[in-house]
Order: sequence, then structure tokens, then C-alpha cells
Amino acid sequence: MELQHVNVKLLVSKPEEVALEPLIPVFHGWIQEQVFEELLLDVADYRHVHAGPGVVLVGHQANYSVDNTDERMGVRYNRKAALNGSNQDRLCQAMRAAAVACQRLEKEPRLKGTLGFNGREMELFINDRLLAPHDDATREALRAEFEGFFEKLFGGSEYSLSYVSDRRRPFGVSVKSSRVFATADLLANLMANLDS
Amino acid sequence: MKASNSLWQKELAGKIPEALGREVDIFETEIALRKQGKLEERLFAETRLRRGVYGQRYDNGQRHNGKAVQEIAYPSGELTKGPHTMWDAPGMQRIKIPAGGLNATQLETLAELAEEYSDGIAHVTTRQDFQLHYVHIEDTPSVMRRLAAAGITTREACGNSVRNVTACPYAGVCPDEVFDVTPFARSLSKFLLGHPDCQNFGRKFKHAFSGCAQHACGLTSMHDMGLIAVQRSEHGERKTGFETYVGGGLGAVPYQAKLFDPFLPPEELLPVAQAIARVFAKYGEKKNRSRARIKFLIQDLGIEKFRELVWEERKSLPPDPRWTEYLEGAAEFKESPLKPAGERPLLGSSDFQRWAKTNIRRQKQAGYSVATIALPLGDITANQLRALADIARRFTKETIRTTVEQNIVLRWISDSDLAQLHQALQGAGLADPGAETIVDIVTCPGTDTCKLGISSSRGLAAELRKTLAEKNFQLDEAVQSLHIKISGCFNSCGQHHVADLGFYGVSRKMAGYAVPHFQVVLGGEWTHNGGSYGMPVMAIPSKRIPEVVRRLADRYATGRKDGEEFKEFIKRIGKVELKGLLEDLARPAADPADRSIFTDWGDPREYSLEDLGVGECAGEVISAADFDLAGAEREVFEAQLAWEKGQAEQAGKLAYEAMVHAARGLVKLEDPNVSEDSDQIVGEFRIRFYDTQKFFDPFAGGKFAHYLFAAQQRNQQPHTADSARYLIDEAHLFIEAAHSCYQRMGKPVSV
Repeated sequence: MELQHVNVKLLVSKPEEVALEPLIPVFHGWIQEQVFEELLLDVADYRHVHAGPGVVLVGHQANYSVDNTDERMGVRYNRKAALNGSNQDRLCQAMRAAAVACQRLEKEPRLKGTLGFNGREMELFINDRLLAPHDDATREALRAEFEGFFEKLFGGSEYSLSYVSDRRRPFGVSVKSSRVFATADLLANLMANLDS
Repeated sequence: MKASNSLWQKELAGKIPEALGREVDIFETEIALRKQGKLEERLFAETRLRRGVYGQRYDNGQRHNGKAVQEIAYPSGELTKGPHTMWDAPGMQRIKIPAGGLNATQLETLAELAEEYSDGIAHVTTRQDFQLHYVHIEDTPSVMRRLAAAGITTREACGNSVRNVTACPYAGVCPDEVFDVTPFARSLSKFLLGHPDCQNFGRKFKHAFSGCAQHACGLTSMHDMGLIAVQRSEHGERKTGFETYVGGGLGAVPYQAKLFDPFLPPEELLPVAQAIARVFAKYGEKKNRSRARIKFLIQDLGIEKFRELVWEERKSLPPDPRWTEYLEGAAEFKESPLKPAGERPLLGSSDFQRWAKTNIRRQKQAGYSVATIALPLGDITANQLRALADIARRFTKETIRTTVEQNIVLRWISDSDLAQLHQALQGAGLADPGAETIVDIVTCPGTDTCKLGISSSRGLAAELRKTLAEKNFQLDEAVQSLHIKISGCFNSCGQHHVADLGFYGVSRKMAGYAVPHFQVVLGGEWTHNGGSYGMPVMAIPSKRIPEVVRRLADRYATGRKDGEEFKEFIKRIGKVELKGLLEDLARPAADPADRSIFTDWGDPREYSLEDLGVGECAGEVISAADFDLAGAEREVFEAQLAWEKGQAEQAGKLAYEAMVHAARGLVKLEDPNVSEDSDQIVGEFRIRFYDTQKFFDPFAGGKFAHYLFAAQQRNQQPHTADSARYLIDEAHLFIEAAHSCYQRMGKPVSV
């Protein structure tokens, strides 16, 4: 099963403190400086929508956002363009992109330290219902793939997976690690994974 | 873009109606041909538009980042999907929803598409369509196939074609309707979809149905063809038909539809619509897009001549069995409830009471209600769409409709279920109160995504919604019931002409810099199907519009007479008092420390229509053009006053003088010694600004200059109330275009 259009969302530590408005100039600045490898195009403001996509930095190959879907605030990476490589490569790429964006926001002076990864919780889903139908077969087919990935991401630490139950939604999992990780730790583990 | 694009055709084989499937296959081939350079870009542009695939802001490959224009290096390089429209630029997919009718499965499909191809949001438009934004052109065949499998088409959602046929969302359940127009709207939509007689229009064509004359829901007065359900008695027998109007439209200069036939029988609905399409295709303007809507044809011909041509065409049509085949089904068409009729709860939480007051309306069927889901700015998330599908299944037989106020209604809710429904909607974040009140603001996409947007209509709407919602229930009842509608530019997609408080985006220069503004348009009539249009008062900086709303609401709350509607109130207090009330907001005192006025709502970039001129001194030098443009605005204001007093001749004369005044301001930039003779000014303007295309709007081209030239030609003719009114509107637009041109001076615009 080919995994494309991987989405990763890193949940933030104090969602009640996150103000979305200051993100708008931050994201405009990212476009101005084209800070990522993806081509960044525009900012979409959905602050008015309940439990919605929040503020979205729209790119050609991917979107970045601070997303409040399910009232779970997090830094989200949504890969839109297909990628070459293995499934593990694509999972790593999306996780790395989300972590780098989150780290950047953690250090952003205009956000005054209000936005940071909570160290334990993330969501991962495949935003293509044809490549990854939301059914038992997909779950079975991807079990080993996910286990292998999270084993490396968390450096062997324990974690729990909980599958999204509504079959109408994209196939995905919520993940909770047993210990706290900084975004730098996640990136280091991913890098070690690449080196190996 | 999606890795699965090549797989959907096979996946959905047998699940898509053959004709729709073939349509999508053809479009996919055209995409491939365009990529290979085998299909000319203009042709491809129209073909994609006719599939609802629209352009979006920044698709010309550049974007002003607040400091300078940045080139956007799209991966497909120079490949285009239309003139000045880069292939890889994200676009908008419009999805037709005839009469706004949807079922739960269709909501779920829209949710999937919003997640997979857009940014997780589906947007309800002012014509009952859905739109998805930020969609890649190469994903659109998959989007279309998945929609087709759910019984939805995007065909002819844009382009020079018959657009979505709209209808009152309360049709069939409204206590005041004459009869249910739903089956007629659907049948007309189906009949005209892809009809050979509708493929050669100079511009788009819009139909709307209403079940009554008095309410707003159908907005038939502002449509190319508007149909209102009527009945009459013939030899003691009740006959139903349609009071039929033609030639209405908003756009830059709004036109009220004219009565075509007071009683069009149902069996004549389809053939007459077909005959009108043929007349429009045959006689309508094709070259000059700004005069190509049917409203101009009817104005030029006169309604009597137009009617004569249509009836001649009708007589010559070869009979088509479809004209009457649908009538049997239409007579039998009936929705039914899922649950037995019930009684309204007498008690409930304060949240429920607030919501019920504004979001529930009684059906004509005792024991049932319609619930309105007020969508902020017309937006709904994928999760909310799925939740709404569940709710629709739980409480109804999936009787769902979109509205022209960018909301969704659920019909056939048993009154005894209302409290539970409210609770379920709360769980999905869909229980905002205030439907159809001052907080339920209608807005077009504006500068967020529309490439024609001048000011941020959505940004302003979000700000007004936030501030008004905080105190909505403390507002005077009459103020609560006002309607606010906002367009990002003069094209009126936000329907600002039919609002109590309407706004449309314009730009002005202040202290040497471009500043986003909104033209304030007051006193439009929402009821009576958009019965009359508001009049422009003045342009105010975007950041001052909340204060405009506050002052007008306060003035109305304290100064209205008993039962006086806003439209009447505005007419009574008049433009002079309104100008006095708002004038200080139009030119706020310069505060070097406050740069907020140079940005728009929700957008921190310094506002710009293009690169600012170099070396302009901050507001210290007032050029002759500034004075002339201000003089032109004064004259058009005086023209409005004359028109209000019934002095059509004087109003028309002043409106023309205002246009000449603005033209003179521009000409003076190149020839300070220009003559005062109006014909010479217009002649000089033509040579210096029209022939050189300096006056051309990047998107509207020379449209506004044509208003001046036409006014010059008609200058010696007497004015009627209608012709003066149109000329005043045209003068406003010409002056706005002169402002824009003045801002662009030094940077030629190619079209």
C-alpha cells in the first residue's frame, strides 16, 4: 500500500493560550522569506469557524497550519504533492516538516512563547481515501509500517495508538508517547533514522 | 497533484451517469492537450470555466508581499490555464446545487473533497452553490467524478452559460407561498444544462424562483429571469403560473428586472426560457463584455420589443416533449417528514431560546419548523458537514437546502425535536444564533481569494460579526433585523445593493499611499425579492467601517419613527445628513504613529493594488487631479440629491458633469492647460487614457471609459428617472476607476 499525502499534527501544550491572530503576520513573513523547501503562496484565515482549520499557510506542495479540528489545537503539516521514496520516507518527511514548523513557531518572538508542542500527542493521517481507504484492511496493512515508524520516532519509548473511529474520515491515528519529547528530540530521532 | 488522480475513473466506473462521466473524460483530455500545448489557452480557459473551474488570486504568478511584488515560481513554469493564469496556481471549484437542494450523502461527499483537495472548508455562495478553494487544476477531474457519483455536477457553474438555478429555500414549507416552486426550478435546471441553445451567450445567465412576491428568499428582481409563483381563477378553476421578470441584475450598475409576462403557465416555462436563451444568444452583445448581460439588451431594445422577439422565437421552436413531461412529476412532488408533528417546547435553556428566536421559522405544515444553520461567512468544515449529515438523517428525511444568505436550512423538523436538534447542532458548533439578523453578514470572497477583489470583504465581515455578535441581543430590535452585505469590489457578488447596509471595496489614495476603502451603500431592499437598490453615500477607509455601522445603527435606533424601516429612514433623513454623520470618517486625521489604516482587515501587509510610486511625498502635495476627483465626487453626490427630489434631468446632467470632471483631472496630469469644454476633455481623455489603455482596469479593461463615451453620446437626450439613476451609478464607477488610474499612473497596465 502506497502512502501519499501524509498529514501530521503536533498538539500544543496550552491550547487555551494560543491566539491565532498573531500567526497571520508570522505566516505572511514566511511567504515573504520563502522559509521552507515548499513554495508558499497565501494565508487563509478561518478563525471564525468553530473547531476548524484555524490559520492556514497555503503552499503549492503542502499546507502548514495551526489547526483546531476536533478542538485539538496543533501544528499541522498537510502534504499535497506526491513524493517519491518508501512509505517510511514519506512518513519521516511529513513528521519532520511538522516538527520544523512547530519549532519555528516555538521560537517566534511575536508569539511570546504561547505556542509549543505538548511533548506527547500527535495525529497522523493519510489524506487520500483511495490510496488508504478507512477500513480494517488498511489498518492491518499499515500496522507494521506505523509501528516501525513510531518505534524510531520515539527512540524505543513506549507509546499508544488510537485509531480514528469514524470511517468517513481519512484513515489516521492519534498517538501518545509515554514520555515527553521536545520537537528537537523528534527531529534528532528522525535524523538518526535517516542516517541509519 | 493527487497521487490517486489516475485511479478514480476506474474506481467509480458504473457509479456515474454516463453523460456526466463522458463530460469529465472530455475535460481530462482537454487538460492533457493543454499541457502538451495542443489547445489554445483562451479556449481552454472557457472550457474549464464551463466546468466550474475558476481562477483565484495570485494566479498571474505574482503577489505583493506588503513590500514589493514577488514572482511566484510555480513548478510548471510558463504553462498557463488561460491568459495570465499560471497552470499550478490554486483555483476555485464551483459546485452547482440546483434550488439549493442536498441530501446527507452529498454533504459527506463535499466533506471528503474539502479535506482532500481544498483546505478543509466548503463555502456556501450567495447563489446556493458550494465552492472549494485552493484546488489544483489537475485534481479537478477527480473532484468532478466524485461529485457526479453523488449526483452533483459542476457543469456550467461558471463561464458564459446558464448558472445555478436558485429558488427560495423555504419552497414547499413556507406559509406565505402560492405553491412549491422546487420541481419547476429543478426541471428548468435539468432542461437547460448543456442545452444547445445556451452555448453561445456573450455572458452568463441566471434564473431564480420565488414562491411569493413579498419575501426576499428568491431575489427574483435581480436575476436575468425571475419567476414568482402566482395563481388566478379561470372560469372558477384555480390555475397556477409564474409572474415572469427579465433583465434584472446587480453587477457594477444594478438593474431591476422588468415584467415580461404576468402569468406564464407551467407548460410554457421551459419553452419560453428556451426562447429567451435563443434571443439572448442571437441579439446579445458578444464583443463588449461590459454590455453583454441580457439586462443591456433589454434596455437597448425596450421590454416590448424584447417580448415580441421572444414570442416570435417561441412560435418557431420545434416541439420538445420535455417541455411538458416533467409536469406530472412536478404535480406529485412532495417532501415528507421523518417524525410525527409535534409541539414546540415552552421552556429551554437561554441558549436555546436565543437560537429559536432567530433560527427557527414555522412551516405551513402544523407541528413542523425549518431550522437555519447560520454559517459564519458561509464557511463550514468537513467535520461539520459530516455532523450535519448525521443530524439531517436523525431528524429529517435529508431535507437540506442552501440559502442565498450563505446558510443551510433543515426542513421538516418536528417541533417536539427542536431542543434536541439545538443540542445536536451545538455539539457540532453549528448552533450560532442570529440567522438573518445584523450579525448574519453576507460576503463574497473579496481579496481573500478573488482576483478581482479590491478590499477584504471577508476580513471586514469577520470583524463586524465578532463585534456585533458580542452585543447583538442588547441591540434595538429594529437594528437586529438589519441586513449587512459586503462585496470586495463593484461587481456585487456580495449583493450589497439589496442590503440595508451595503459595502463594496474601492481604493483611495491618502497621504500618498493606497488605502483600502468601502463605498457605503444604504437603504437597499432585501424583501420583495430584492425590491429596490441602495444608493452609494461615500467611500470610507476599511478600518473605519465598524464605526460607520455603529453610528448608523445608533442613529436609526434613536431617530426612527414607529415602524419605520431602514430604507424609509435613510430616504427621510437624506444624503446630506448622512454625509454629515460620516464625513469625518472619510478623511481621518493623520496620525504618523498609526499605520493601521494602510492595511486591510485580517491582512497585515501594507495595502497595495500594485507597486507604489517612488518618491511620493506623504500627503503634503495635493495635485490638481486630487481636486478634480474630489470635485467629481461632489457633483455625483449632488446628482443623487437631485434624483431623490425627482429632478431626473438635473440628476443626469450633474452625473455626466461629474464624469467629465474626473476625466479632466486625469487629462490635467498630462496637459495642465486642457480646455474646459466637455467634448474636448472627453476627446483628450480618449486619446491620452483610453487609446493608450492607461485607464484600463487590469480586469475590467476599458469598461468604465465606455460609460463616459456613452454618456457623451446621450448627453443631449432627455433623462428619465431610470436613465438618470443608471448614469449616477456609472458616474460613481467611472470616478472610482479614475481614482484607480491615478494611483496606477507611472505603471502601465496591460490587459
